[in-house]
Amino acid sequence: MTEPGGEHSSADRAVEGLEKTNGAEAKAPIFAGKERKGLFGVSGSGDTSGFGGLRLPAHVAAPSERPFGGWFDEVADELFAAISDKGLPADTVQQVTVDRGEITFYLRPETLLEVARILRDTPSLRFELCSSVSGVDYGADVPQRLHSVTHLTSMTYRRRIRLEVAVDVENPHVPSLVEVYPTADWQERETWDMFGIIYDGHPGLTRILMPDDWDGHPQRKNYPLGGIPVEYKGAEIPPPDQRRSYS
Amino acid sequence: MTERLSDVTTGTNTEMPEEIAESRRTTEGTVYTVTGGDWDDVLADAVHDERIVMNLGPQHPSTHGVLRLILELEGETVTHARSVVGYLHTGIEKNVEYRNWVQGVTFVTRTDYLAPLHHEAAYCMATEKLLGITVPDRAQAIRVLLMELNRISSHLVALATGGMELGALTGMTSGFREREEVLHLLEHLTGLRMNHAFIRPGGLAQDLPSDSIEKINAFLKIMHKRLPDYDKLLTGQPIWRNRMAGVGYLPVDACLALGITGPILRSAGLAWDLRKIEPYCGYENYQFDVPTSNAADCFARYLLRLEEMHQSLRIIKQVVKSLPTGPVMVEDAKIAWPAQLTIGSDGMGNSLEHVRKIMGQSMESLIHHFKLVTEGFKVPAGQVYVPVESPRGELGYHVVSDGGTRPMRVHLREPSFINLQSMPAMCEGGMVADVIASVASIDPVMGGCDR
Repeated sequence: MTEPGGEHSSADRAVEGLEKTNGAEAKAPIFAGKERKGLFGVSGSGDTSGFGGLRLPAHVAAPSERPFGGWFDEVADELFAAISDKGLPADTVQQVTVDRGEITFYLRPETLLEVARILRDTPSLRFELCSSVSGVDYGADVPQRLHSVTHLTSMTYRRRIRLEVAVDVENPHVPSLVEVYPTADWQERETWDMFGIIYDGHPGLTRILMPDDWDGHPQRKNYPLGGIPVEYKGAEIPPPDQRRSYS
Repeated sequence: MTERLSDVTTGTNTEMPEEIAESRRTTEGTVYTVTGGDWDDVLADAVHDERIVMNLGPQHPSTHGVLRLILELEGETVTHARSVVGYLHTGIEKNVEYRNWVQGVTFVTRTDYLAPLHHEAAYCMATEKLLGITVPDRAQAIRVLLMELNRISSHLVALATGGMELGALTGMTSGFREREEVLHLLEHLTGLRMNHAFIRPGGLAQDLPSDSIEKINAFLKIMHKRLPDYDKLLTGQPIWRNRMAGVGYLPVDACLALGITGPILRSAGLAWDLRKIEPYCGYENYQFDVPTSNAADCFARYLLRLEEMHQSLRIIKQVVKSLPTGPVMVEDAKIAWPAQLTIGSDGMGNSLEHVRKIMGQSMESLIHHFKLVTEGFKVPAGQVYVPVESPRGELGYHVVSDGGTRPMRVHLREPSFINLQSMPAMCEGGMVADVIASVASIDPVMGGCDR
């Protein structure tokens, strides 16, 4: 690729020489998937079909535009109004995605607890029940690969929303929701256990499913599945993580 | 000749030791291994205000599975209670990431082994939502039928094991006897008693056998006769009532804070049942009631489970009456397997006649069949959360796809796991015996809890 300011570049100055404009910084896309290549996962082999060179970029959850449809707009309006009332920064909600009839609010990690409190306590929102807290690891080469996903349910209005925060694997700190939703206690322990996401402010963040002295976080994508080859009717079947992957 | 029996028999020392409970001194205090019958000695030995920390389980007939409880006691009163889980963790969530979307069903069905069909249905509904496909009406109705049968068998085990833990052994034998009826029926309908893998993304593995309606009607007749027996056996029985009434109290605000759903939440008075609130699989077409209670105790939960079984029978009756005809799998040949299954020498497998037919007629269809089975279908990238009402509460599947032939992540919001968090709130301040009743009324299934 041509470097800005280099040979054949349309820019006459190098990157360092460009003036920074205030606030015009491009928002980093939220990656939700890893880059995939090849129909059969081959590389550098004698595949003549042409499929071996097929490359698909990592999936990025597309931001949705207004109107979101249904009650989504109402919830978003109320949430944004409550956020500005509380004096939280304007970019608390990084992105709103409506996909398959579900709404996702991508938040900055440090604001998660305050937003959850707003969602629970505001009379027009009333998300009383925290249905689920889970982690997702989008793979080793994805920026901000660890996501902490919270599903909230409003029993009053019968609505469900999803809050998602993305963190780096080097600094996987997310505020704990136990203060607002005590049910998050075990679920955050599980997410710490399986993904190594550290929930700041959790009353006792210890392993829950794996033994206390376990090394590593098993559900990270770079943690091996393990397994042994199996013999069936004379043929040897390799362990599941060494079988051919098609995607 | 001596007086001691041991000298003339095997040499076993038959003299009573001074301390029956074996003990050893540690830095934390004296640790006793209580084996039964010697509780009085331990209590006599303990200084009045000394706290006793008791470990219960993980292998104990009264802890409802491999659940470990740690109780801090003052006399017989529980001052602190904590549970330890994870003894049945098998890494199913991670395993599913290494299999294609259809194979995932065989894994999730093995989590909560008492409600496998709810897991299959929820996983398949999540996959279908990601794919954006709608399942045929007949498959929807059969899913409802199977889930309600499964709810009955699960509640029967809750009564049976709960009864056993409280010493009502007849409750156990009759509960398992009735459950066997359900399992026989499920075996006839799906081929297996447990771990069915019968519900598949896009519909069902195959249609019901031709004589299923008669079998289901016969089952309904038996259950209508036998379910009222539980009222005679347990509901009016004073010991049963005294062990459960007023025990394990958990009001509705505590339920909401702790995320408790299912019969526990309904026993606190909130009629929250996802079959009514967010109907799926066509539940809105069936008439049934959601029983609730205001007592918020173990006895109310027992009564609710009993009533829910009657309501499930009601739903099954309506499903059988209005079972639509038609296919049980989506018509999209990129998702539905073209396979015709028969019973082979090593279990269920492809029909050889069908294999002969497709091999004889078209190379392309053979390639397509092969790729669909080995490689699997691709699911568009994105994430969904699909909840269903399992016998224990809200069972949610958070499924993430990266666009490949395997799930990126499958998270189970397991009601057993979430509901177990309420154990300390129910037990602390009560007696040791009430802990057993409370845990039984939560009805955790450790296979689902630990996954």
